[in-house]
Amino acid sequence: MKALAVSGLTFAYPDGTRAVNGVDLDIEIGERVAVLGPNGAGKTSLLLLLIGVLEAQAGSIEIGGLRLGPDNLGEIRRRLGLVFQDPDDQLFMPTVEQDVGFGPANLGLRGPELRARVTEALEAVGEADLAERAPHHLSGGERRRVSIATVLAMNPEILVLDEPTSNLDPAGRRELVGLLGGLDASQVVVTHDLPFALELCPRAVILDGGRVVADGPTAELMADRELMNSHRLELPYGFDPANIRRR
Amino acid sequence: MSGAHAHALHYHGHSPLHRAAPQVKLAGLVLFVLAVVMTPPVAVWAFSIYAAILVALVGVASIPPRFFLTRLSIDLPFVLFAFLLPFFGEGPRVDLGFLSLSSAGLLAAWNILVKATLGAGASVLLAATTEVSDIITGLRKLKVPIVLTAIAAFMIRYLDVIAGEMRRTRIAMKARGYDPSWIAQVGPLATAAGALFIRSYERGERVHQAMMARGFVGEFPAALDDREEIVRWWPAMAPVLIAWATMVMASLIT
Amino acid sequence: MHMPDGYINAATAVGGAAVAAGGIWASLRQSGRHLREKQIPMAGLTAAFVFAVQMLNFPVAAGTSGHLLGGALAAILLGPWMGALVVTVVVVVQALLFADGGIVALGLNVLNMALVTVLVGWLAFRVLMRVLPKTTGGAIGATMAAGFFGVLGSSTAFVIEYAIGGLGGAPLTTVFATMTGVHALIGIGEGLISGVAVGSVLAVRPDLVTATADLGLRRTATAPGRRTVTAFVAVGLGVALALVFFVAPFASTDPDGLERVAIDQGFSAGAQDHPIEGPLSDYGVSGLESDQVGTMLAGAIGVFVVFGLGLGLVSVIRRRRTA
Repeated sequence: MKALAVSGLTFAYPDGTRAVNGVDLDIEIGERVAVLGPNGAGKTSLLLLLIGVLEAQAGSIEIGGLRLGPDNLGEIRRRLGLVFQDPDDQLFMPTVEQDVGFGPANLGLRGPELRARVTEALEAVGEADLAERAPHHLSGGERRRVSIATVLAMNPEILVLDEPTSNLDPAGRRELVGLLGGLDASQVVVTHDLPFALELCPRAVILDGGRVVADGPTAELMADRELMNSHRLELPYGFDPANIRRR
Repeated sequence: MSGAHAHALHYHGHSPLHRAAPQVKLAGLVLFVLAVVMTPPVAVWAFSIYAAILVALVGVASIPPRFFLTRLSIDLPFVLFAFLLPFFGEGPRVDLGFLSLSSAGLLAAWNILVKATLGAGASVLLAATTEVSDIITGLRKLKVPIVLTAIAAFMIRYLDVIAGEMRRTRIAMKARGYDPSWIAQVGPLATAAGALFIRSYERGERVHQAMMARGFVGEFPAALDDREEIVRWWPAMAPVLIAWATMVMASLIT
Repeated sequence: MHMPDGYINAATAVGGAAVAAGGIWASLRQSGRHLREKQIPMAGLTAAFVFAVQMLNFPVAAGTSGHLLGGALAAILLGPWMGALVVTVVVVVQALLFADGGIVALGLNVLNMALVTVLVGWLAFRVLMRVLPKTTGGAIGATMAAGFFGVLGSSTAFVIEYAIGGLGGAPLTTVFATMTGVHALIGIGEGLISGVAVGSVLAVRPDLVTATADLGLRRTATAPGRRTVTAFVAVGLGVALALVFFVAPFASTDPDGLERVAIDQGFSAGAQDHPIEGPLSDYGVSGLESDQVGTMLAGAIGVFVVFGLGLGLVSVIRRRRTA
């Protein structure tokens, strides 16, 4: 059984734009995969398809063996936790506690069980003392970590993150690598941050024009200059994947 | 900006007033101000009782007088024009030194001044002793439809975000030399307002997607803020009772 | 125009609150169909937008600035029911969290600023779009008018409330003339800003403008042209002056006319609080004598100036507050 199995996924917007054009993607349990690609490649649409917010016109999505359909969206959304690019979109309750509790409450948890789950999730991201705070008083890094906690609180099997390092300072990025690296859940990380992708994810796929155009070990993909450049994925200055000692 | 605003009115503390249940404070506020407004303006003694009640409550809440008075002065402009009524009012005049003032106008000015100030004082007291999210909870407990309180909660949450976007847009405009000084120049500002609407709307869509991603199916789980609490209406209602007794007596006497 | 407590007596305020509650209930019922779970976060975000835009300082002239009420704008962008709910939430939160506006007067403030402006703005827009060309340019023109009339509607509502439950002190006719005159001026600004804002939304996401959704607009201008603006301002000023001048001669034929009527008809609450106005002895009285009209006007203009100063003061202080 795979953590995620996407087959022949196709989606076009009402105005005809083909956002996802036959995507095949399999993620093994416990794997961490980076999804790279230029802007407009269909990455955001793909993520919304995975949680059933958008409805595909063709193809299938299976999460932990469960096929996504209109009658099991609740369970799908528990199994696959989506961390949005802008934490402000995700932290919509008056306090951190209520935000982190929102997901588990929707799953039916109440009272002390709910509170325990909230504490657990906040501790997992190292922000247990932020419970009573209001989201707009948090720093960028704190918001990022809390937004991850809101998703972890649902005990997902696979975590999908959309540009998690955007707006983080270098220390924040390093902390995020540490945090994500320590989680058990399978992970799909959509990112522009190539060093981050290399550090966290052994495997990477390149998404361009709505389809997967490359799939392999991250270091190998990045060492292929032609491949990277042809998909607008230039390496940062001084970054040489071939010469990085893997931990 | 509003987060800062709301905090400009909130004064952190642990007084009995701070700890009182929000629905009790809200009900108390409405009833108190109602008594004030129903009092005939000629009964000046009644208003000193109301003022004394407010002062006492400010003391109980341990709010620094300066804090309270500064917040109160925000409402000053609206009553300022009341001062001009005696000059333009009609009917019998009263001579005050070299000024000839309308007595009806004087009465009306006094009426506005004292009631607006007392009302504003009570409002400031509520805002100073109650957290923003508690006020929303209090409204819900007073049976305000959850649709409205939910909209209010989202509004409060995102006010800082939206106002921040607006502020940044204005700064960017200033940086490019646009700083309108009269109405013929407001075009770009209004255009920016339209763009802000679109961004707010689209963010609303993303928030909705984020809610769905965490299993939201239409019912707001009130799970976390429904702590079992015994709501104590007494002695919080004591000032309200005193106010109403005062008002009734004032109405009967006058 | 968040009126504080004390302008209007309790009976009228409570009555107004009841009317407002009815309007809110109707809006809730009507949007029920749309207010499924999707709309609530979006309503909240647009409420934040309305609140933020109300905080925006729009310069008027010489250091003074004005603020948008936003009722007509909300109606056109969100539809009358959602618009009413959203602006209601804004007004209520302003009163309870920011002590902006009275508590007993809250019902009246909701009525005037949320319900009346939204309803009048919506109706004005829809009626005008029946006669204006079905283009984005036409929609902008209709929005400008809607903003204007929304504000006027709001001030008229206040005057009616004042007639019923205000504690005298100023002749009703003077209040009417000046409130209407001042608000006609405010309405010009409101109309201009609303028109430009709606135009910019139509340019990018016309699907987000509820009031035009069923009109199948043809895309022409997405910003009011210079001539439209000048015409609008001229007409608006004309309406403002006409209202002030219309009331003055009407008042001087029977200076106590409106108030006498109010007392005779037994607007009871107003009657007992209202000191019986004697003839306007200081300003001169009955008869269409030209110097009477002149003095009446002088009084009206005097209060006009006072209102203007008051508003200017308000704006200056508000600006400092939001800076």
